[in-house]
Amino acid sequence: MSILVIAEHDNASLKAATLNTLAAAKAIGGDVHVLVAGSGCGAAAEAAAQADGVAKVLVADNAAYEYQLAENVAALVADLGKDYTHVLASATSNGKNIMPRAAALLDVQAISDIISVESSDTFKRPIYAGNVIATVQSSDAIKVITVRGTAFDAVAAEGGSAAVESIDNAQDAGVSSFVGEELAKSDRPELTAAKIVISGGRGMQNGENFEMLYKVADKLGAAVGASRAAVDAGFVPNDMQVGQTGKIVAPELYIAVGISGAIQHLAGMKDSKVIVAINKDEEAPIFSVADYGLVADLFEAVPELESSI
Amino acid sequence: MKILVAVKRVVDYNVKVRPKSDGTDVDIANAKMSINPFCEIAVEEAVRLKEKGVATEVVAVSLGTKQSQEQIRTAMALGADRGILVETDAELQPLAVAKCLNAIIAKESPDLVIMGKQSIDGDNNQTGQMLGALSNMPQGTFASEVAVEDGTVNVTREIDGGLQTVKLNLPAIVTTDLRLNEPRYASLPNIMKAKKKPLDTTTPDELGVDVAPRVQTLKVEPPAERSAGIKVADVAELVEKLKNEAKVI
Repeated sequence: MSILVIAEHDNASLKAATLNTLAAAKAIGGDVHVLVAGSGCGAAAEAAAQADGVAKVLVADNAAYEYQLAENVAALVADLGKDYTHVLASATSNGKNIMPRAAALLDVQAISDIISVESSDTFKRPIYAGNVIATVQSSDAIKVITVRGTAFDAVAAEGGSAAVESIDNAQDAGVSSFVGEELAKSDRPELTAAKIVISGGRGMQNGENFEMLYKVADKLGAAVGASRAAVDAGFVPNDMQVGQTGKIVAPELYIAVGISGAIQHLAGMKDSKVIVAINKDEEAPIFSVADYGLVADLFEAVPELESSI
Repeated sequence: MKILVAVKRVVDYNVKVRPKSDGTDVDIANAKMSINPFCEIAVEEAVRLKEKGVATEVVAVSLGTKQSQEQIRTAMALGADRGILVETDAELQPLAVAKCLNAIIAKESPDLVIMGKQSIDGDNNQTGQMLGALSNMPQGTFASEVAVEDGTVNVTREIDGGLQTVKLNLPAIVTTDLRLNEPRYASLPNIMKAKKKPLDTTTPDELGVDVAPRVQTLKVEPPAERSAGIKVADVAELVEKLKNEAKVI
């Protein structure tokens, strides 16, 4: 078996999600190569070479790949992928954008968002918003897969010493271009990579009150998330949403503040190791999944929490 | 400009789906069926483009059993001009759907294809991207804003770190995210009018597409249940438990 893992990176650094995807590759077993497609992405490639279990890093350094445009990167992934039995990427917005396109170019039915490897052709994945887990078997010669990072413990970021090989393969479809981006600027960790996440819901009442959560987060080194209700009410931006249609998180500690616990939200956080719920409504469904529930007014409990940690 | 919109018939989002006790499939017999929410957003976006004078015709396509006609009628009640049903009782996987849609594109030559980013049953999030590959069109996935200009479309995409805007040459594929728009409710007169709009039927065979599944579902099961823990009396006890029992802070 030979596995190509598509690195998640921003040219300057390798994203942590890649290490979880490498863990899924390890579970399948075989020679693992990593593709770093980007522009000026040497540092990301060096980081990939250090990761545990990587035999070789392929670097496609070309302006066509700078912004991960799907038309170009998928063409590259499909071209390289035909020499592998498995092609894996993280189920991030980038992986979800590129991999199905690459799969269709290879005439393969992709498998999205796997949460376990049962064998080299059989995998588990959630369907119906996580209410059902399906075990699926692929009959395609090449398996094109996206991996839910929270379901696989990351491989070590260091200790490896893979060879780094430049490849000259510029796929520029010329039909799309990058216009701009607005990325949330934050010194806090990324939601999907954070060890601790504290999220606010409708009970926060407004965006200003999230300041209380930011203070706790900064003391704990945590990321701050939100429920769909809080996002739809305009308290905080979209990219903070945790849930079925937002980000899937599974930190060591998840603190849900003023969140009732709609199925939609639970689908995004119920695999967290320890869940704390703070809510004044003791009947709130969030308490049915919480390890530690505190029935209290969040406007008293959160500041007290901040001062006692 | 002609817009093609794909719509899927799925179990209504309010229904909590469970596996059958023998684990062979999900239990959805007699469940309420609806248009997939992301597809509804796609229809709304296409209709708004028509209302703005950007588009001249909106064609709604669905694939599946005869009953999928209902979802095409829903799309027409929201403003689509006509419908096409690719009728089959076979299980359809995203690659097969993309191949059928690609065959429809070859006949219809739309300038823009708008579809949901994923359906809430299979949660695959693949068909739009696959259609992009097969039709050789660029793709703007997870769209929160769509702006058609002269021969191009600017798509603002919801990505993990925020928003990204790409410019795509037309014809192009757009897949919708949750916040692209808020779909309207179909009015009764429009529901009545939709019944008279043209709806053509074809089949995967007629389109020359082999829809045989490539992935087999061996088993379905409920997710691991999480049991409720304990209630703590106050913040001090919570902090104590987190430090000494759970050891997470």
